Amino acid sequence: MAKPVTMPQLGESVTEGTITRWLKSEGDEVAIDEPLAEVDTDKVNAELPSPVAGTIEKFLVSEGSTVDVGTEIALVAVDGEADSPVTDAPPRENVAAEAPTEEFPASDTEAQPVAGEEKHTTETRASQSGGNGHGEIQDAETLRLTRSSPVVRRLAEEHGVEIAEIPGTGTGGRVTRKDIEGYIEERGTEREETTPPEPEATPEREPERVPLYEGDSVEDLTGIRRAIANRMSTSKREAPHAWTMVEVDVSGLVALRERERAAFEEREGVKLTYLPFIVKAVVAGLKEHPVLNSVWDGDRIILRKRINVGIAVDLEDALIVPVIPDADELNILGLARKIEDLVHRARARQLGTEDVSGGTFTVNNPGALGSVVSTPIINHPQAAILSAEAIVKRPVVVDDAIAIRSMMNLEVSFDHRVLDGGAALKFLNAVKRRLEAYGPESDTG
Amino acid sequence: MAAKNLLQAIHEGLAEEMRADESVMVLGEDVGRAGGVFRVTQGLQEEFGAARVIDTPLAESLIVGSAIGLSVNGMRPVAEIQFADFIPPAFDQIVNEAAKFYYRSNGAWPCPITIRAPYGAVPGGALYHSQSVEAWFCNTPGLKVVAPTYPADAKAMIKSAIRDPNPVLFFEHKRTYRLIKEEVPDDHEVPIGKARVHREGTDITVIAYGLMLYTALEVARKLSEEHGIETEVVEPRTLYPLDKETILDSAKETGKVLVISEANLTGSVSGEIAAVVAREAFEWLDGPVMRLGAPDVPAAAFARPMMDHFVPSEESIEEAMLELARY
Repeated sequence: MAKPVTMPQLGESVTEGTITRWLKSEGDEVAIDEPLAEVDTDKVNAELPSPVAGTIEKFLVSEGSTVDVGTEIALVAVDGEADSPVTDAPPRENVAAEAPTEEFPASDTEAQPVAGEEKHTTETRASQSGGNGHGEIQDAETLRLTRSSPVVRRLAEEHGVEIAEIPGTGTGGRVTRKDIEGYIEERGTEREETTPPEPEATPEREPERVPLYEGDSVEDLTGIRRAIANRMSTSKREAPHAWTMVEVDVSGLVALRERERAAFEEREGVKLTYLPFIVKAVVAGLKEHPVLNSVWDGDRIILRKRINVGIAVDLEDALIVPVIPDADELNILGLARKIEDLVHRARARQLGTEDVSGGTFTVNNPGALGSVVSTPIINHPQAAILSAEAIVKRPVVVDDAIAIRSMMNLEVSFDHRVLDGGAALKFLNAVKRRLEAYGPESDTG
Repeated sequence: MAAKNLLQAIHEGLAEEMRADESVMVLGEDVGRAGGVFRVTQGLQEEFGAARVIDTPLAESLIVGSAIGLSVNGMRPVAEIQFADFIPPAFDQIVNEAAKFYYRSNGAWPCPITIRAPYGAVPGGALYHSQSVEAWFCNTPGLKVVAPTYPADAKAMIKSAIRDPNPVLFFEHKRTYRLIKEEVPDDHEVPIGKARVHREGTDITVIAYGLMLYTALEVARKLSEEHGIETEVVEPRTLYPLDKETILDSAKETGKVLVISEANLTGSVSGEIAAVVAREAFEWLDGPVMRLGAPDVPAAAFARPMMDHFVPSEESIEEAMLELARY
């Protein structure tokens, strides 16, 4: 028999996924956990492992289609039901089948000598006395409270109401049609009163179309593009952004890297970039100023204990932020290894949900692309984001003389609800101080 | 315009049709010189002569069989079965002949007969003068079965029945003969197959006909005054074929349906109505489709307390309506 494969939930806030590619064909054999399809979600590109073993009977969704989580996407013919680990719903009680079958003679009238004890003749009375005597079988009274009438079920579904939430006034507390209608009406007016319509501007709302001109091409949003759009909009709308910048003299760090890079790569098998130094300095700065490592939570601020640093990785057509969990536990080498691994897997589109979840602070590195100033958008709901710009040699005044130094601009965008410019600059200066402390003879550990 | 009862209304309808169409005629036991046991046909033989108002032997098979023969030869006979309880001897003529004549003759011979049959329990009626036998015929394609309750409807429907090209059984509840009086307008028309909503309501629907309709309307008024429960009362008027649309509209409006008739409950027309509602209004239902009827015993007894127990009482109807409203 054929078992459906459904679109899995690949992350806590993920509601839909796009089948970018089927990795099998209809008619192919597939083993449990064998990759079945590539799925593109808001957060990640993932391979979908087959939840069952069998023969692929039919793909229900074509490549490129975006479907809701839970949608059936394929049918796999399973040989024996027993070896299939999925869709093993607990056996349902078949109440009807177990119901007592009271034997009625074909013609049951009092005129006939076989007539037994008195029979109730109206169904009203019959239902009141009920078919009892079988303890394990739910009687009508019990069912009346645990189930609901067709119309109540339909209204609950149409209006997205939990029947259990509604106080019932029917027999034995049953929720009647009038109860649910009243509840829906009341809820409707409450909503109108308390929450004015949200001026949502997410791209998912019916957008106002721009005029199209000859030669224009229209590209549909990919899942990740849509996710970026939504998250950037949310952040800009929710968090009042403030921005500040310091200049950092990283001549010492540059000298250190130049001296160490070849040996380091040979020794460790990992390239030595500036990013691990920046992350390390950021982590230390966060320890000193924990308010930067926090989250806005509606009417309160959550200071995160763990320091999980997200690093923005450019993917040509998108941006993804893999996370270095517990970055404070890693040294330069550990950070370098972790960063290289994450960037590599990000570019190969092999990040899993766990790789992009749980970030508490984000480091943006547009300098790698030549940027000297940027105003990053906070990775909502985190409190701040740091941008490290390109290191360029500039004439600067040192001890009242003009010198050529390797300079880097370091910026933070921060949620002004959570903190103010003072804290932001204290943090920036803490990072700056650490980066400027490096010299040609420093340790790269 | 003077208020008329059901007997007078049916009499008027018959007389008017006979005046308007000389192929319309009446036959049955004591319908001529005696004017019928309930006086429905009183005066018709004087006005239209013994050839159009025929006293027959006590032989129901003959009454219906003759009517069939007359009808396929161009007449529109109205056969009276003195009490519905007496109809079984004519059963073969009705079910195997009248109902199938048009079909069997490949459309050559329609069979436009009307069979009037007083039904329902009356004090002292007992075994042979009390039964509600309408369900026997509501399972026979080719027949139409009507059972109006109110005088104006009855007059209009006896005319519709006579003019209908199919055999129509016309059931008259004996206890409503003189119970209900109302003005009977001349121009009132009621086609076969149309139900009537007597009272609009949003809480429960009661579907009933005959004496049960009358009682249900009384209880509905009472529940409205005493409990604020608003009952929609629907009278099918035609039992076969049913006006499903009107029934379902009401069932969907209230979501709670009680069907009441005086017939033995099992296998009754109520069962068919309940089945239609359960299937086609399922997603609107807010309670079980309930029925109330006579117990499955052979007949209403001669003894008055037993007869009263047989017919669903005002109290039992009120109890059922309240239970449904509060469900």
